[in-house]
Amino acid sequence: MSVAQEAVRHAAPADRARQRAVVARWARLALLLIFVVVFLIPVYVLLVTSFKPLSEADPGQAWNLPKVWTAEAWTVAWEKLEPGIVNSVLLAVPGSLISAVLGSMNGYVLSKWRFPGADVVFTLFLFGMFIPYQGVMIPLVQLMVNLGEALNIDLYGGIPGLTLAHVVYGIPICTLIFRNYYVTIPDELIEASRVDGAGMLRTFWSIMLPVSGPAFAVVIIWQFTSMWNDFLFAVFLTAPSSWPTTVMLNNIAGAQTVPYSQQMAAAILASIPTMVVYVLLGRFFMRGLMAGALKG
Amino acid sequence: MTRVRRWLPGLLLVTPSIVAVAVFVYGLLGWNFTVAMTDRHDEISQGSFVGLENFTGLWDQERWGISVRHAIVFTVVFVGGALVLGWFLAFLMEKGVRGESGFRAIYLFPMAVSFIATGVVWRWLMNSGTGERAVGLNSLFHYLGLDVLQWQWFRDPDWGMAAMAIPAIWQMSGYVMALFLAGFRGVPDDLREAARVDGCGEWQVYRYIVLPMLRPVTLSALIILGHISLKVFDLIVAVSGKQIITDVPAIFMWTAVFDSHDPAKGATIASYIVLSVAVFVIPYLVWNARKGKRS
Repeated sequence: MSVAQEAVRHAAPADRARQRAVVARWARLALLLIFVVVFLIPVYVLLVTSFKPLSEADPGQAWNLPKVWTAEAWTVAWEKLEPGIVNSVLLAVPGSLISAVLGSMNGYVLSKWRFPGADVVFTLFLFGMFIPYQGVMIPLVQLMVNLGEALNIDLYGGIPGLTLAHVVYGIPICTLIFRNYYVTIPDELIEASRVDGAGMLRTFWSIMLPVSGPAFAVVIIWQFTSMWNDFLFAVFLTAPSSWPTTVMLNNIAGAQTVPYSQQMAAAILASIPTMVVYVLLGRFFMRGLMAGALKG
Repeated sequence: MTRVRRWLPGLLLVTPSIVAVAVFVYGLLGWNFTVAMTDRHDEISQGSFVGLENFTGLWDQERWGISVRHAIVFTVVFVGGALVLGWFLAFLMEKGVRGESGFRAIYLFPMAVSFIATGVVWRWLMNSGTGERAVGLNSLFHYLGLDVLQWQWFRDPDWGMAAMAIPAIWQMSGYVMALFLAGFRGVPDDLREAARVDGCGEWQVYRYIVLPMLRPVTLSALIILGHISLKVFDLIVAVSGKQIITDVPAIFMWTAVFDSHDPAKGATIASYIVLSVAVFVIPYLVWNARKGKRS
């Protein structure tokens, strides 16, 4: 009896500590769940409203589920948004591919085939990542007009000009991601290839490119997302016929006459491509995010 | 000579990018400053050099003062809010929690969506109607019996910009969480264990071991949030458009270019935005480059 009591007395503090740990774990979980609800409030409103018929799509009942579910807002929104989505695809698909090619070449040279002053070039590139684009916008428009006239293509107002701008201002981040990725590849591999008489391009082609898959994924996703979501470059550089999704969406949403259900359906439609990329390839998306902050 | 032949091909391969960055980043930044120093107040004239007249003249305009004040309020609330919320979420998840990847995915997804798209719903959620006319979050507060919380949101004359920071916090705190989570996980377990063996309580371990090691991550997060905040544009366009009540320098610049057709004024505002970012980003980059060299 007394032995058992002794055992209980000894066990008590350990038990209490364990109990406290369990409580803490549940408290953490509960708090995290509360934040999930808070984070999803806007999504709930978007979804619910987009499926309402015109008669229910007023702000007064926005928290309610639709009494009648209908996709009619989606059809109208799609018709209005479609030209913008086509433009965005024409912008973001080629744009992100070109960005990735440039980034991998730069990253390769700045990490493995360095020239005197490579570090200075890299630091100067990095500042380009942080500049507020407002600071170049006015002369950029002028430059696009002049360049377009000189080369006889419509750079200003069209998709090619917008793509050019995104590719150029994407060089810093793409270079950074590739450089940090290539740094992890052992120098011995490059040296061995050099000893075998391979030149720079040959080494790039046969040693670096075959292992570059993940970095390409990160850069393409990053650039695709930022080109798709960009608004600032688009309002300054494009004419109505080449407006991308964001500008079209802003016009639809800004019009007093467009019912809430259509605005919200359009907002979801505009977000689907990047959301799909995020859900399917979230791992690479994360790495791109981290690249901007954690170096090396 | 052989040394040159060794690095020259590399330089050639990067040359197109160096030229592009030199022209588009540094060249255009410089060009913008020169436009800001002319009296080109319409789109036809070439304008002549007036020195810093535009830079000083801007402060005489009431609207400029308002937009700077707004930018400061927005920055303080947004950077502070995203930092605290992001840190707190990471803190809750740090020790591992069931379904962690699910939580992370949900907190992070707003990052993948444009401010223009989320602005559509935030504009409605933050509708300024109160009492009988309450909709959006105000009516949710009413359902929950929290009528005291109802306010004008971004239409509040004094603290409207604090409301404007809410969607931005919603969008960016998941990112801050991811940064901090990586930071927490970067603290070696044996270091914490050693401190515990030395008799530190959990709080002390946190205060003296973990927090100091999170400093670099905190700095990165500050820089990223800060430069996003100072150039904020899309979100405000999407939520309130060009209303003076939520004016910030980037909106002011936009209207200077497209509505007032005044390139010199637009360029001056743009220069101020660049300067406000440069004063903290340049030291950060220099510090980072030095640190890279040392290690």
